[in-house]
Amino acid sequence: MSEITLVEAVTQALAHELEADEHVVVLGEDVGANGGVFRATAGLQQRFGTARVFDTPLAETLIAGMSIGLAAQGLRPVAEMQFMGFIYPAIDQLLNHAARLRNRTCGRMSCPLVLRSPMGAGIHAPEHHSESTETLFAHIPGLRVVIPSSPARAYGLLLAAIRDPDPVVFLEPTRLYRLAKEEVPDTGDALPLDVCFVLREGKDVTLVTWGATTRETLAAAAALADEGIEAEVIDVATIAPLDINTILESVGKTGRCVIAHEAARNVGVGAEIAARIADRGLLTLLAPIKRVTGYDTIVPLAKLEQSYLPTPERIAAAARETLEAA
Amino acid sequence: MRRPADAPKTLRLASETPPTELAAQFEVRCTRILDADGRLRAPLPEPFADASALTSVYEEMLALRLFDAKAVALQRTGRLGTYPSCLGQEATAVAIGRTMAREDVLLGTYRETGTMLARGVLMSEIFLYWSGDERGSAYSGPDAPKQDFPICVPIATHAPHAVGVAYAMKLKREPRVAVCVLGDGATSKGDFYEALNGAGVWQLPLVFVVVNNEWAISVPRSAQTRAQTLAQKAISAGIPGEQVDGNDVIAVHSVLQRAMAKARDGGGPHVVEALTYRLHDHTTADDATRYRTAEDVERAKRLDPLARLRQYLVRERLWNEQQEAAAREACNARVEQAVAEFLAVPPRHPSSMFEHLFAELPAALHEQRDAVRGADHE
Repeated sequence: MSEITLVEAVTQALAHELEADEHVVVLGEDVGANGGVFRATAGLQQRFGTARVFDTPLAETLIAGMSIGLAAQGLRPVAEMQFMGFIYPAIDQLLNHAARLRNRTCGRMSCPLVLRSPMGAGIHAPEHHSESTETLFAHIPGLRVVIPSSPARAYGLLLAAIRDPDPVVFLEPTRLYRLAKEEVPDTGDALPLDVCFVLREGKDVTLVTWGATTRETLAAAAALADEGIEAEVIDVATIAPLDINTILESVGKTGRCVIAHEAARNVGVGAEIAARIADRGLLTLLAPIKRVTGYDTIVPLAKLEQSYLPTPERIAAAARETLEAA
Repeated sequence: MRRPADAPKTLRLASETPPTELAAQFEVRCTRILDADGRLRAPLPEPFADASALTSVYEEMLALRLFDAKAVALQRTGRLGTYPSCLGQEATAVAIGRTMAREDVLLGTYRETGTMLARGVLMSEIFLYWSGDERGSAYSGPDAPKQDFPICVPIATHAPHAVGVAYAMKLKREPRVAVCVLGDGATSKGDFYEALNGAGVWQLPLVFVVVNNEWAISVPRSAQTRAQTLAQKAISAGIPGEQVDGNDVIAVHSVLQRAMAKARDGGGPHVVEALTYRLHDHTTADDATRYRTAEDVERAKRLDPLARLRQYLVRERLWNEQQEAAAREACNARVEQAVAEFLAVPPRHPSSMFEHLFAELPAALHEQRDAVRGADHE
């Protein structure tokens, strides 16, 4: 079996579901003949036809809004937003409609859609292509927000998202699209939503992260291990609803927590995690919770973007700080 | 940029506009059959050649008017929250309901009460919704249109949903139609244009009905757009658009019947602009005297859809005072029965707000739900 990248894992999951479930449709800008600007839908239109894998006019409100109509009619739309910078018109549709359709009809209707979008910096993309604004979506009740951090998790979580009976925003870290490969057998086995993944076990400090920053966090954990510090690394994966229990359990064991994410710090998902730990795990803490995040600035253009991103060094330094505290 | 030294110092300028050729040409037609005095301007179209169809459509409009008045009264006495009256717009609402097939899907605004009733939504559910209870959108009645979208409050945001619904119908090769009803203000929004454009691209079975009632709260139609008609906005998306006298139930019925049959037969989308007038305030929370005169409203009242059809029916001896009184009595009895049913609905438990948030409540939310449940037990 050959190894595949994260973006190929996305394609593999889409193809699997298009094959397995006739209700699945794929839509978006350039997802057809072109196979998506990142090639996430490469070959799908050729294989499944222009009716089920189709290009839309260049209109994000339409893409998000029509997905709601498709979903309400029993289809399983998987819509692609070309870049996170173009996703914001869809917030109106997600917040006002997709996330509340089931609730406001007392279960008469539902909205099983998936809105996929690339996210994050680090690929020297033009302006508006590098933001990590997952917190905007995590704040919307009735919506799931899922961020994979490896090819295997991209495959398994996307299958789960498509099969989920409720709307899911699925954010794919562009920096990871082609950075690493792993074997991802096309078994059709989904991974669970709403749970964190413990990627590395350790007893000294808990490193909580998701998305592309998972890579830097694992690198930080490896560096800390060389110093004899055993870090536990948790990939949150589903940032809403949040599996706080896995995090609390780990912090209960280590007494120390560093939260690392690429998004700006202010009102980021890290703030919610820190507040929940303060609420239910404060007495298990041996040191203040630390956050290593993007700065509260506009994400800089390509030349400075590496300076914006959390580095293994910053994450490891924060971990050492928690160890110095107690 | 500097010219090379050997280039001519001046170019010959055109003395007049360069020649053009006709690239495209459009027109927008308006249909009117029954004039303001209740006189026919054209022969009665199907199904109104049968007199019983005419009296039945009149009774339906009358029932809507009585229901609407009751809803306003219930708001004034504190039984309902803010309510948007559809007074004066009965002809369009009823005609949409009558020309849709059961299996079609309605996507409307908050002023589609008449169409919702025609579709089988219970009067008691409409009261329940406007009293502030989600169960009003559950459409639990025996003939309920289970696939109809709930009322859309944010303007024009439901237009893209209609595209998705119609795309699904076409994909599944079902002879069904999505009907998207919006107001004049909605045509100023990008959502409307994106939906029109998508419907055109895919030639979907989708009929847009723009209920032009002249007012988007306080902003008149004239301040909404420079466009001569709202129907012509369809043309920009390659869709036919036409106007109809929205207070002439016979005309609206006829135009919509044709548009829906065409959409159902694979002929693609259509836009119908129904010209009517919002006689009431925008909602019970509004005061229209702040922005329009009594004379404006009086002028509009002369075009009242009920009076117009009644005049015709009476002149043709198809309707009389006894029938009018009997119809009112029967309608009022139905409305009062619905009020009684609405008032008898037991309140929801506060923890019900968690009930339909997801298909299955995620573990992460159990604590909040249990706290709400527990608070009640204390």
